[in-house]
Amino acid sequence: MTNSKRIPWRDWLAGYLFASPFIIGLLVFVAYPIGYALWLAFQKTDLDFGGLTTKFVGWANFEKVFTDPIAQQALYNTAYYTVFAVPLQLVFSFLLAMMLTQPLRFRDFYRAGFYLPIIVPVVASAVVWQRVFHPDYGILNDFLSWFGVPAQKWLFDKNLAKPAFIFMSLWQIGRQMVIFIAGLGNIPQSLLEAASIDGANAWDRITKITLPLMTPLIFYNLVIAIIASFQIFTPALIMTDGGPENSTLFSVLNIYREGFLFFNMGYASALAWELFVIVIGFTIAQFYISQRWVYYEE
Amino acid sequence: MSINKKTRQLLSFTALQIFATLLVLTFLMPTLWMISSSFKSSTEIFVVPIKWIPDSLRWKNYIDAFTQPALPMWDFIKNTVMVVTVSLLGTIVSSVMVAYSFARLQWPGRRLFFGIMIATLMLPGIITLIPRFIMFKDFGWINLTIPIINVYFPWLPLVVPPWFAGTGLYVFLMYQFMRGIPDELDEAAKMDGANRLQILTRILLPLCKPVLATIAVFGLIQYYNEFMEPLIYLSKLDSWVLALGIRAFNDTNVQNWELVFSASVVMLIPVLVLFIVAQRYFVQGIAMTGFGGR
Repeated sequence: MTNSKRIPWRDWLAGYLFASPFIIGLLVFVAYPIGYALWLAFQKTDLDFGGLTTKFVGWANFEKVFTDPIAQQALYNTAYYTVFAVPLQLVFSFLLAMMLTQPLRFRDFYRAGFYLPIIVPVVASAVVWQRVFHPDYGILNDFLSWFGVPAQKWLFDKNLAKPAFIFMSLWQIGRQMVIFIAGLGNIPQSLLEAASIDGANAWDRITKITLPLMTPLIFYNLVIAIIASFQIFTPALIMTDGGPENSTLFSVLNIYREGFLFFNMGYASALAWELFVIVIGFTIAQFYISQRWVYYEE
Repeated sequence: MSINKKTRQLLSFTALQIFATLLVLTFLMPTLWMISSSFKSSTEIFVVPIKWIPDSLRWKNYIDAFTQPALPMWDFIKNTVMVVTVSLLGTIVSSVMVAYSFARLQWPGRRLFFGIMIATLMLPGIITLIPRFIMFKDFGWINLTIPIINVYFPWLPLVVPPWFAGTGLYVFLMYQFMRGIPDELDEAAKMDGANRLQILTRILLPLCKPVLATIAVFGLIQYYNEFMEPLIYLSKLDSWVLALGIRAFNDTNVQNWELVFSASVVMLIPVLVLFIVAQRYFVQGIAMTGFGGR
């Protein structure tokens, strides 16, 4: 007691010293860039021989964010993708997890099989899926033809390109699935048995016991999935480069183009702020709404 | 009555078993197709309906993918190994230090910084993309040739941030794990005259092996997969990493699907091996991360 009171500064110093990588990293690689992004969003940038030149333009970049049809299209595409992909991913991964917690044979093999797509490098999977969707030689049309579905143009059809991306994202739900499997394993068996004895059927047990106990993990997966979906980039750049007719031009791809292909870094920063505010807004809103539906055990 | 119920149960399990098998095969289809097609001849690729097993294994596709003159695949592999190794090393060293500070040391502002770290987990990374690029440009790190020794080293923007606990998730995993180790161990070591660095490296770290393995596996996948940052920072062809190389390979071999597939399989093999060897660390890590959300 007296000992630690006498020299607290040595403890403090050690604390700061060990935490210094994070504190420095936070200041240099997070805080400063965010501040800089704010400043940049009010500049018009040009690339000339000396490097990047900037000129203050007030709110012009933000006005453009709200009037530029390309930016609006990109935001619409991103929202479309998120609205459909996220709920489908959650439902699908939850059902998979329910299935894979039943006493099946070869359960570990199934789990590994459903998880495997996560392991495939993002670039490799984009390259492969570009061909999976190929109208003539891709396996998707081949597969669907077994069920009598006529061949589709997928990534070449502006109405099917976004659904194709959503479909592809359902292939990569291993992470959510494993989280749900871990959660389902933690539900006390005694609770489910007691409900059974009291006459609850399978549906009641799922909706009244399993689902409420799983809400923290559903919430976690939801938050993470929304943040990730809003920032979809690599598959879009590789598989379609935004086409056809900008139908897969997602927000981050648009920001990348404006910033690094057209060197409108000021405008790109304003676009990034728009997306940033939307994603943060969604996240905060979810934390508020979660108080109504997420069940935390004391 | 009870036999009837048992039969029904058996039947439904069999149905579920069959369904699960079909579903997992469907999930594996793209990957299996990629591997099988990487051994096909260029005519076999474009056969309808799809040919799942090639007539003979054309290993030549792999040789061709590596020896085509347009893209230096060996350079991409060398660069990838270097970038991933240095980034991973930095991630582990810095995460361990910071987690130790958060889990074991008392200092003013600790709770605040811990809260900020959790908040950064949910920070959309897109906001810092452009300013970071400009910042690294101002540092002179883009297309850097190190003066005096005259070595071209354009990878600093990729490999330096991981040394500053760039991914809060790993610090958090480490922190959670360290909190589970009893304080008495530290106290006993302190009595024996160990300083903090010794406590961390000799007492805590050996106990942290499982979580270190998890972080290593996750970090490896993360840095190996990284696409956007290399895309904006690495402009010269011979400085590219594999992720950029495969994309360019895809663009330049529009007709040669078999080569694109074999190049993709080359990129898949290391992580596939890692997955098979270290599967439990993947699952463990995800489960731990999942509970982080509570």
